[in-house]
Amino acid sequence: MYTHLRLFFTTALVAATCLLNVPVMADEPTQHEAEKVVEGINQAEHKIEHNLEESEEKFNIGQMIMHHIADSHEWEITHGMVLPLPVILYSADRGIEVFSSSNFHNEHHEYNGYHLVHGDAETIVPVDESRVVYDFSITKNVASMLLSAVILILIFTSIAGYYKNSKGKAPKGFHSAMEVIILFIRDDVVKPNVGPKYEKYLPYLLTLFFFILVNNILGLLPGSANVTGNIAVTMTLAVLTFIVVHLNANGNYYKHLVKPDGVPVPLLLIMIPVEIVGVFMKPFSLMVRLFANMTAGHIILLSLFGLIFIFQSIVIAPVISLFALFLNFIEIMVAFIQAFIFTLLSSMYIGSAIEEHSHADHGH
Amino acid sequence: MSLLTPNPGLIFWMLVVFLLVVFILAKFAWKPIIKGLKDRENEIQGALDLAERTRAEMIQLKSDNEKLIAEANAVRDQILRDAKDAADRTILESKDKAAVEAQKMIESAREAIRNEQQVAVTKIRKEVAVLSLEIAEKVLHRELKDKEAQEQLIAELASSARLN
Repeated sequence: MYTHLRLFFTTALVAATCLLNVPVMADEPTQHEAEKVVEGINQAEHKIEHNLEESEEKFNIGQMIMHHIADSHEWEITHGMVLPLPVILYSADRGIEVFSSSNFHNEHHEYNGYHLVHGDAETIVPVDESRVVYDFSITKNVASMLLSAVILILIFTSIAGYYKNSKGKAPKGFHSAMEVIILFIRDDVVKPNVGPKYEKYLPYLLTLFFFILVNNILGLLPGSANVTGNIAVTMTLAVLTFIVVHLNANGNYYKHLVKPDGVPVPLLLIMIPVEIVGVFMKPFSLMVRLFANMTAGHIILLSLFGLIFIFQSIVIAPVISLFALFLNFIEIMVAFIQAFIFTLLSSMYIGSAIEEHSHADHGH
Repeated sequence: MSLLTPNPGLIFWMLVVFLLVVFILAKFAWKPIIKGLKDRENEIQGALDLAERTRAEMIQLKSDNEKLIAEANAVRDQILRDAKDAADRTILESKDKAAVEAQKMIESAREAIRNEQQVAVTKIRKEVAVLSLEIAEKVLHRELKDKEAQEQLIAELASSARLN
């Protein structure tokens, strides 16, 4: 398997451990601590030897990329630094089961009658195949999403507090930086596209924008999860927008679906299916656009880094790193653009559904 | 394909986390932030409006002042003009009066002169009459002394007179 990558990270980790000599567990007595560090180094060395033996095996870039963009039951910050996440399973016969994913770290990846399958994505399957198990684990993506939720709530409640406390003062600092974005979303995205009744949808659309933005940016950090590049996440967002649109849509919108204005009756046979397909194409395009953009960005970056391990040349590494740096800047831009586009299109869909005058937008 | 298969567990958590975030932010963040922004916008608009109003008031005040000054000037001019008119009129009136008086005096003088003249003429007439009488008396006296001449005259008169 991707032994060179593993070799690289292990070496880096060992070097870091030796240089910094960080105490891993502060609570342990000091003699134990020293023993532990030595033990850890020995283990790492053992791993390096083991990897060297395996180094004939080819570096599989596809597998490496899939591993990095797929969801996981543990958070691998770098190789060797693994944060085990809780596994939550629900089955009709056993009820809710909660245990750490580190329990699967054994020979057969089996624990308590469950088997962790390492494919492109990790899945937990019961050993007894007749049982039906639902996996509600806090995976890497869920944990990252919770982190971004905490970040969002901390940032914006603090800004809200600022507005309460410093009334009648000129804006300054971080608050005014965020204010610019909030005003941009309100005045240039939501207001012109949703129409006069925009204030009702503003909280949802603002949250949508910042949630996508924060998750996009967190996804660019090394060792982070690819939340917005996961189809389940973008699908949920798209479906929520779909629900918001269709709960608030007025009669004109529904009438337009079954009887578009100015269309001759024979053409309705074609127009009605087209209109109805259009209804579902909107959230589908929202889902695919965000998912594909974020995943593609990660794949490009990971492919570039993979090139270093394929060429195995010290000359190629700086070139690739420079190129990856450049692409990382583009990815930062994409993070903003995709959050903006998702919010913009959501506003447009809401706007066209609640539009009062009879000649509504034809969904283009 | 696992990349394109949505994981139900993740959908569940996504829904829970996102809806929670929407709820919490809507209640504790967006509401005060949007209210704050709106308040500030209103404040700024209010301040601008006030400045505009003050400016308009200043302009109004200035124009009022100018009008007052113009009015005062007009009143002053009017007063001056009236005074001048009054003076002129007084002068004119006095001139007229003086002229009339002068005329009157001249008239009365003329009258007096005429009366004097009349008196003088009358006196002269009287005198002339007296003188004529005296002369005539003297002439008569002298003529009547010469009888011959008288007879001659009577004769002449009688010869010239045709007695029918």
